[in-house]
Amino acid sequence: MSTATAPAARRRLIVAEDSIPTLARGTRLRYDETRQRWVLLVPERVMAPDEIAVEILQLCDGQRSVAAIIDQLAAAYAAPREEIGADVIAMLQDLAGSGFVVEARRATP
Amino acid sequence: MSPTLLDTSPVFADPTDGLAILENKSAAETYGIPLAVLLELTHRCPLQCGYCSNPVEMERAGNELSTDEWKQVLTELAEIGVLQVHFSGGEPTVRKDLAELIRHATELGLYSNLITSAVLLSRDKLAALADAGLCHIQISFQGNEPELANRIAGFKGHSKKLEAAGWARELGLPLTVNAVMHRQNLHQLPGMIDMAVALDADRIEVANVQYYGWALKNRAALMPTIAQIDDATRIVEEASERLKGILDIDYVVPDYYADRPKKCMGGWGRQFFNITPSGKVLPCHAAETITELDFESVRSNHSIAWIWQNSDAFNRYRGTGWMPEPCQSCAFKEQDFGGCRCQAFALTGSAANTDPACSLSPRHHEIFRTAEAESATGTNRYIYRNFAGGTLEPDQQEL
Repeated sequence: MSTATAPAARRRLIVAEDSIPTLARGTRLRYDETRQRWVLLVPERVMAPDEIAVEILQLCDGQRSVAAIIDQLAAAYAAPREEIGADVIAMLQDLAGSGFVVEARRATP
Repeated sequence: MSPTLLDTSPVFADPTDGLAILENKSAAETYGIPLAVLLELTHRCPLQCGYCSNPVEMERAGNELSTDEWKQVLTELAEIGVLQVHFSGGEPTVRKDLAELIRHATELGLYSNLITSAVLLSRDKLAALADAGLCHIQISFQGNEPELANRIAGFKGHSKKLEAAGWARELGLPLTVNAVMHRQNLHQLPGMIDMAVALDADRIEVANVQYYGWALKNRAALMPTIAQIDDATRIVEEASERLKGILDIDYVVPDYYADRPKKCMGGWGRQFFNITPSGKVLPCHAAETITELDFESVRSNHSIAWIWQNSDAFNRYRGTGWMPEPCQSCAFKEQDFGGCRCQAFALTGSAANTDPACSLSPRHHEIFRTAEAESATGTNRYIYRNFAGGTLEPDQQEL
């Protein structure tokens, strides 16, 4: 087992503004034509992200930092940065806890 | 702009992140195409586990759908709105076309999961499946030490499974450890949870054996004691708390000791179907044990969507209209949909009866007594699963 995938390192990602989040392998975001909605496909489950969650997930491209994601959404919604920042980090932290979002530099090539 | 919920399920409501679990709504009149489908590519398998969920009458290789037929099935599933496919068996890796089928699923946008014993894998084979777009792998373990695990499987495969789990992680595949639990391995549950952590698995499914097919045949050798079940529940609760963020634990309890029946398959014909090696479309992987039902095949003139919506087998126990008493007037009828049809058939002779796992069933006390008696005095010898109809394990005392 390589050290890059040791449980503690892989799982306990603490999402901070300088994190660069990306969807883990085995997590797929796609539009479902049949049900006319976005879905997040994960092991054994299909999640139904709401509009804002979809926007956040789409910005998790392995390039942008969390700070950049927050800036972009704060501008788009003309909303206070602190408020949006707290929501974005809380959601990403939840996803990281389930292993659906990982730090880009640790993602499998 | 806080993310909010759109579609919550009463079972999994944990909506802090704007992500609900998507499930078909409970409206009994409409039955949307399931989100996920189980594809049993073959019944062939080198393992001989006595708890196998395959039917005792297994499908021979010659009856299996061809590569082209499975590809057509995948295409049709994607078109009608299925999102995830589980490649299972038997042992799906005995099919030489597995990578080709996974690649086809990937090209269609389907999310593919492999449910495997892993004993036939090599690192190269697994890498080819990963390259084909495999999204998730589930590897079964029979115990956490080789002697018992190999005896349960009737095959020396434990060390290979450990190796394969390592390859899965190296290849970046999300990994679930499938742990099927019963009287003869429940004492290894803490060890199996530790093993899953050591293997760096994302999830472990701790599933107590459900008694259909081969498992029903082997019930006396598998049935746990109540004390074992109480211990297991405590162990799972403790581990779930301790391993939050490290290992997700799914737990399936045995229903012979339950008061309320399980909401089997999420309700008959409501959110699940599977396709057998020869192409039959079933409401549940054990449904063929209900000998009074006929099942349509993908080889018929009907589309899969038609079979789902219109075939007699799917409509027979859909919704609540078919229910006899005590189900019909029961306040829980839309919560558990009367429990499990296969179990009702196996234990009462009619699939329309109340599942005896329910404490309101007139037969409930019987199965409780059966479980208690078999757990205390049942033989430990397995009837190993094979195409010959099963082979009794040699007596350990005589070895």
